[in-house]
Amino acid sequence: MSADFLYTIEVIINGLMAGVLYSLVALGFVLIFKASGIFNYAQGVMALFAALTLVGLQEGRVPFAHLINAMFGTKIHHFDWSLPALLAIILTVLIMILFAILVEKLILKHLVNQEPIILFMATIGLAYFMEGFGDLMWGSDVKTLNVGIPQGGSFWFEDFTIGWAAEGEKFYGMYVDLLDVWAAIIAISLVLVLTIFSQYTKSGRALRAVADDHQAALSVGISLRVIWVLVWSISGFVALVAGMMWGAKSGVQFSLSLIALKALPVLMLGGFTSIPGAIVGGLIIGAGEKLFEFFMGPLIGGATENWFAYVLALLFLVFRPQGLFGEKIIERV
Amino acid sequence: MNFKKTILSALATLFLVSPVLAELVFPSLSYRTGAYGPNGIPFADGYEDYFTLMNERDGGIGGEKVRVVKCETAYNTEKGVECYESTKGEGALLYQPLSTGITYQLIPKASADNIPVLSSGYGRTSAKNGKIFKWIFNFPGTYWDAASIATKHAMDMSDGSLDGKKIALVYHNSGYGKEPIRTLEVLSKKHNFELMLLPVDHPGQEQKSQWLQIRRERPDYIFMWGWGVMNSVAIQEAANIRFPMENFIGVWWSGSENDVTPAGDAAHGYKSLAMHAPGDDFPVYDDMRKYVIDKGLGAGDGSNVGTVLYSRGMYAAILAVEGAKSAQKIHGVSKITPSMMRDGLEALEITEEKLASIGLPGFAPTFKASCENHGGTGSAAIQQWDAKKGTWSFITDYMTSDQSVIQPLIDADSSQFASENNITERCN
Repeated sequence: MSADFLYTIEVIINGLMAGVLYSLVALGFVLIFKASGIFNYAQGVMALFAALTLVGLQEGRVPFAHLINAMFGTKIHHFDWSLPALLAIILTVLIMILFAILVEKLILKHLVNQEPIILFMATIGLAYFMEGFGDLMWGSDVKTLNVGIPQGGSFWFEDFTIGWAAEGEKFYGMYVDLLDVWAAIIAISLVLVLTIFSQYTKSGRALRAVADDHQAALSVGISLRVIWVLVWSISGFVALVAGMMWGAKSGVQFSLSLIALKALPVLMLGGFTSIPGAIVGGLIIGAGEKLFEFFMGPLIGGATENWFAYVLALLFLVFRPQGLFGEKIIERV
Repeated sequence: MNFKKTILSALATLFLVSPVLAELVFPSLSYRTGAYGPNGIPFADGYEDYFTLMNERDGGIGGEKVRVVKCETAYNTEKGVECYESTKGEGALLYQPLSTGITYQLIPKASADNIPVLSSGYGRTSAKNGKIFKWIFNFPGTYWDAASIATKHAMDMSDGSLDGKKIALVYHNSGYGKEPIRTLEVLSKKHNFELMLLPVDHPGQEQKSQWLQIRRERPDYIFMWGWGVMNSVAIQEAANIRFPMENFIGVWWSGSENDVTPAGDAAHGYKSLAMHAPGDDFPVYDDMRKYVIDKGLGAGDGSNVGTVLYSRGMYAAILAVEGAKSAQKIHGVSKITPSMMRDGLEALEITEEKLASIGLPGFAPTFKASCENHGGTGSAAIQQWDAKKGTWSFITDYMTSDQSVIQPLIDADSSQFASENNITERCN
């Protein structure tokens, strides 16, 4: 095989892997939108907050240390202990559940039956509050996240593929990042678990009932508030997974919240209400933007990925305004 | 009636007396929020803390207290311009925008308002030409100096020749990141190396395409003009594809602890340019802790003291303070105006003796500004990261840039600016 062909395959594989990482972020948006019709602007900040909390707990950082030091003139930063990754993850999940309860009690409860735009505005406020709160709680320095997920190019895959090129071709074997492989495995597991949960558990069925028609769901005794707490908790967990994967690549810092920008074209393409849509949308966007950069980038100066993802999503929207997997909107007069 | 008169006379007295209470005003156009906040915070802390040190230890500059006016730019050009407009009326003596984008916008504005701008190690490179850019300064070095020095270092590593080699520039896709391209293009022709350009869009969280291309094309060296998360992701990606770290050289804005720590041990051996020494092994930091941090007067909690970006901010403040002292000396007054401040910066000389007296012996390159030269000697050293010790160390002395390449570029660019803006050359 020619090196160019093999490199194209490499770009597609890496694009699909990147797409899985985008899907992880998009999944959080879909879950909340599906159950409550809210476009949660705070999803990116939730990923940042979850990752900050995970690192903070793992390293035994004192929450609000900067505030305490400023108020009392103390110099505390860390406790004497640190936590194993698994325990820190479990505690972070509990904190994200607590966060979901507080969001429901303090914000959503008061906005029942309001226009979707009001709820959207509330999540904008929530995002900015969380941004500052996360900084205040854990500090704004760049933090290293290490939960034991392997990272770096796979030697095995490189050696396995190096002989595929024809003799004399400049080919160095195919590259895959182990972190991306793990992210793909975790994302697939997550989707499977979420599907099983929504199809075969009582809470899952209640969740789907609310998603279909929340007034009908209320009439049969399903508590909207419980469902909201449940869905925000699951979304918080998904945000933690996304924050872990992205944070392991770049360190945990404010820009982690901007990964939400990567999820928007995925949502436009896959639809706001479909879990498989988030996955397939992510894969199409990931592979599409990487292929475009590979073929067209060198001709037009590069850095095409950010805008091309949106162009790709818009192209799909022309033919399917509700997204690939979104529910078809039928308005009857 | 008497009461009214008393109040009015009190207000009038206060108004008349206020100039006596005047202070030297230095705005701090900082960014503690947004994607680049983790870098903006230590810089702003260092900048503000040094002025506090002047007030607390020395009673100000030449007996005049310093007042720092803070304004948050979030590294956003529009906000930066708003900050300039809202603070210039406070009697601002000097602007240091900490952003190439903001600097470009302020060049015409500050020049019209007769307020000096100092962009140390960033901004518009050709502003070094004081004959055209009367109000703009960029000592001790510019991006074109940095590009030349990085090339020199690569050449030293390749036994004195880059003939047939390939160098990739991974850059922030912004005015800042594009600044060295012109110089590198000229240098590539002069030294016969191939130049690969790889832009990375803001904020730089996802760079897989760029690093797959690097892996395919196998450049001998990589130069990086990055900022914020782009740096740490690039270093991690370089480690992932097993690119030799000693051949990966960042500009001085890609060489802080924030950039290397997320990659852990994988960042070991990564290099960057440095316009000042790393670490806190200098007497000034003892004073900083004694007079500022321990008294609870620090801009932050003191945990950043001695980090690269804290020192960078402190160095920016030092240049401002020394410029103000120089202005006071020239004009024989302690309460200086922006115009006098400009004169002070133009006459500024940083010597070894001066650095030692500040408490920073050998901390930064020496230089002497002049009417023609607002950029100094254009020197920088190379520092290398030791991941095991968690420290940066100098591996070269300060090197000077290739002025035979840079000066003609500066002359051409500044002449074009002069003709576009009807500026007559000075210093003749």
